[in-house]
Amino acid sequence: MTEERPKDLLSGNEAIARGAWEAGVTFASGYPGTPSTEILENFARYPGIYAEWAPNEKVALDAAIGAAYAGRRALATMKHVGLNVAADSFFYASMTGAEAGLVIISADDPQMHSSQNEQDNRNYAKFARVPCLDPADSQEARDMVIAGFDISEQFDTPVLVRPTTRISHSFTMVESSDERLDVPPRIKKFPKNPQKYVMVPANARHRHPFIEKRLQALKDFAETFPLNRTEWRDTELGIITGSVAYQYAREVFPEASILKLGMSYPLPMQMIADFARRVKRLIVLEELDPFIEEHVRLAGIPVEGKSIFPLCGELNPTIVRNAAIEAGLLPAEHFIPPTELPEKMPPVPVRPPVLCPGCPHRSTFWAIKKLHLPINGDIGCYTLGVVHPLDAIDTTGCMGAGIGVAHGASKSTGRKHVAVIGDSTFFHTGIPALANVAYNNSPVITVIMDNRVTAMTGDQPNPGTGKNLMGGDAPRIELEPLVKAMGIKHVKKVDAYDEKSVETTLKEFKRLDEPSVLITERPCALLPEVRKTYQPLKVDLEKCDGCGVCVRTGCPALVRSSEIHEESGRAKVEIDPLLCTGCDLCAQVCPSEAITFRAQMDELAFATHI
Amino acid sequence: MKTINFLLAGVGGQGVLMASNILASVGMLAGYDVKKSEIHGMSQRGGNVSSHVRWGEIVHSPIIPDASADFLLAFEAMEALRYLPMLRADSVVLMDRHQIVPVTVTSGDAVYPEYADIEGTLRQISPNVQWVPGVELAEEMGNARVANIITLGLLSTYLDVPESVWKQAIARRVPQRFVELNYHAWETGRKLRETVNA
Ligand SMILES: Cc1ncc(C[n+]2csc(CCOP(=O)(O)OP(=O)(O)O)c2C)c(N)n1
Repeated sequence: MTEERPKDLLSGNEAIARGAWEAGVTFASGYPGTPSTEILENFARYPGIYAEWAPNEKVALDAAIGAAYAGRRALATMKHVGLNVAADSFFYASMTGAEAGLVIISADDPQMHSSQNEQDNRNYAKFARVPCLDPADSQEARDMVIAGFDISEQFDTPVLVRPTTRISHSFTMVESSDERLDVPPRIKKFPKNPQKYVMVPANARHRHPFIEKRLQALKDFAETFPLNRTEWRDTELGIITGSVAYQYAREVFPEASILKLGMSYPLPMQMIADFARRVKRLIVLEELDPFIEEHVRLAGIPVEGKSIFPLCGELNPTIVRNAAIEAGLLPAEHFIPPTELPEKMPPVPVRPPVLCPGCPHRSTFWAIKKLHLPINGDIGCYTLGVVHPLDAIDTTGCMGAGIGVAHGASKSTGRKHVAVIGDSTFFHTGIPALANVAYNNSPVITVIMDNRVTAMTGDQPNPGTGKNLMGGDAPRIELEPLVKAMGIKHVKKVDAYDEKSVETTLKEFKRLDEPSVLITERPCALLPEVRKTYQPLKVDLEKCDGCGVCVRTGCPALVRSSEIHEESGRAKVEIDPLLCTGCDLCAQVCPSEAITFRAQMDELAFATHI
Repeated sequence: MKTINFLLAGVGGQGVLMASNILASVGMLAGYDVKKSEIHGMSQRGGNVSSHVRWGEIVHSPIIPDASADFLLAFEAMEALRYLPMLRADSVVLMDRHQIVPVTVTSGDAVYPEYADIEGTLRQISPNVQWVPGVELAEEMGNARVANIITLGLLSTYLDVPESVWKQAIARRVPQRFVELNYHAWETGRKLRETVNA
């Protein structure tokens, strides 16, 4: 028997990691991406498991598939757009099934808190004939991962678990067990079963009817799956809902009957029909696409959903309540009047996310701008190069896109382009794109901003870091020889903090009619070992004339002083010692030599010590 | 048991999440159902951060509905202004006087609001508005990072939760060697109640 343990307050991501561990998962692979990142970071801390960051989501999923083929319960984690990268593998895994349970977590991001789109990945489940589970809180996140492994093995299918940002990053109470399911490897030897695992057309043609039959069986299973349940209350209004929308339904419609769907694909159509029959007005409350709604309508059941609630963005209790009152689902007295905002109030300055003080990307952008070429960016902290006053990025689409876009634009117009890409993104999908630049010979200048980590998502290690997810040492893939091996002749590596060298090299590359690669190297300023070396700089107010050149680097450590330069009437600049790391960029760009360099600060400190 | 809604706001790096973790633990230890919600991601890069903490018999939504915050704790002087639609006429607002100047102000594209205007604006919604010298007192203690705990200490005077529960939650959430300092900060905040009138 499992032991009673006190409830924990866990985030959805922590709960997923917990569930995976309890379910006896021994292998997990993933690629970081908000809001999914903490799943693997937490899972990696459990005993008796192996967990890794793969270079991208496709590789992670293939690795998890390999482990499941080999008879070990396996987990792959990624953010929603990661499943686009891994889609090819997702589809063949649906065709083959595996020997042991395979669960894929893809965390959706309604509202795009940190993403480029808000795709609804339930569509992938339907597309690939794979069951999809939608947790509504951390307890369910844990429970559904455990259930997901059982379903996976019972039906020989991968299972998609789809938390959203609100589930992944909300903390709710969780009951779990200290006991871990002991799942011995389901097979001794790697399977030799080409009809099942070698997807040549002849075999695949046999598998397709299998997965359609499996889907039918899953539909039957959904009818009695305990995480699909009906809560009978008043039958005037019936709400079909799932995921976090269930919580909003409970909060806003405490009296209504609810059909809570833990499995959003395939749907229990009989259960839905029974529910519909017994309620007077039927609505679907779901975030993003009218996914459930369309299935219900297709079954000929009259239903409302997106005609009442918005399709774009996240829902919340206020949006749901107001829409419900408007649609006559709730009496007007349920309205919570909005706060009356004062007519006259000071405008609140925005705080756009910016490159951190000491960020090595800043100096690189400063130099690149001087080339006056179109700049095709990519996804990472360096995307913040787009923010004023740097204004240094012209396009950003998805990870790995920048180099390809620069190549196409350059090839088709005969003009030069700059592509900027981070180290993690380069390993992710940049390498094939650079191979194209080399192979088809475009004069693209590729700048690999190598800060030695995957910074945007919280400084995870990657193949260039020298560390792995479990904290061990790892070989470090060096970029320079890698790039040279592609046949690119003009390759240079410089210190990102050395603005002059970055600039000179780029100007040299601008004259070339061939591919070139500049690697700007300098570890992320947030890394613990770098933090220890912070040395705030100082402005000599005697020399500063308030010209503002340094401020145009966009460094948050530079603030306007209350002291005014007499001749120019401009406010002088000061440095916030709590923010400054001493990267020297401002000192390098200051035309009045008013900012003390790090080396000079060290000398000063030395002088005062003796 | 009525649901109590806490909204915590500040700037990336200020420890908003740590404070909300402690507050969530306090609720749990006091016997409530607790939910807490926050958005990470871009907020790490100097952006504004907020966290919703809800205590109740059963809490459904992890996010607080508009016009329903019982308490707004702002750890930076102007941040409270961002969340006016969450407030109602009896909300309690505790806000640190500490300023973190956004780059938009440095670059001259925006102006940092005056203290009087911040307070005046909030007071038009609720009279229960209180400045907290959190960072200032914390710096006197030698560690600006405990400023949030000072505000939590003041908050505790509005709630019916035993001191021992607060201390237990703090001990759970902060590293061992900082526990004493945090207790001290919390007590300092609690004493502020004698001098304030919100
Ligand atoms: C397909 C996909 N996977 C993951 C992410 C999440 N993500 C955004 S940027 C980034 C990596 C950035 O690392 P790097 O390229 O090294 O740049 P840095 O942030 O360190 O500057 C990741 C993983 C994403 N946006 N898309």
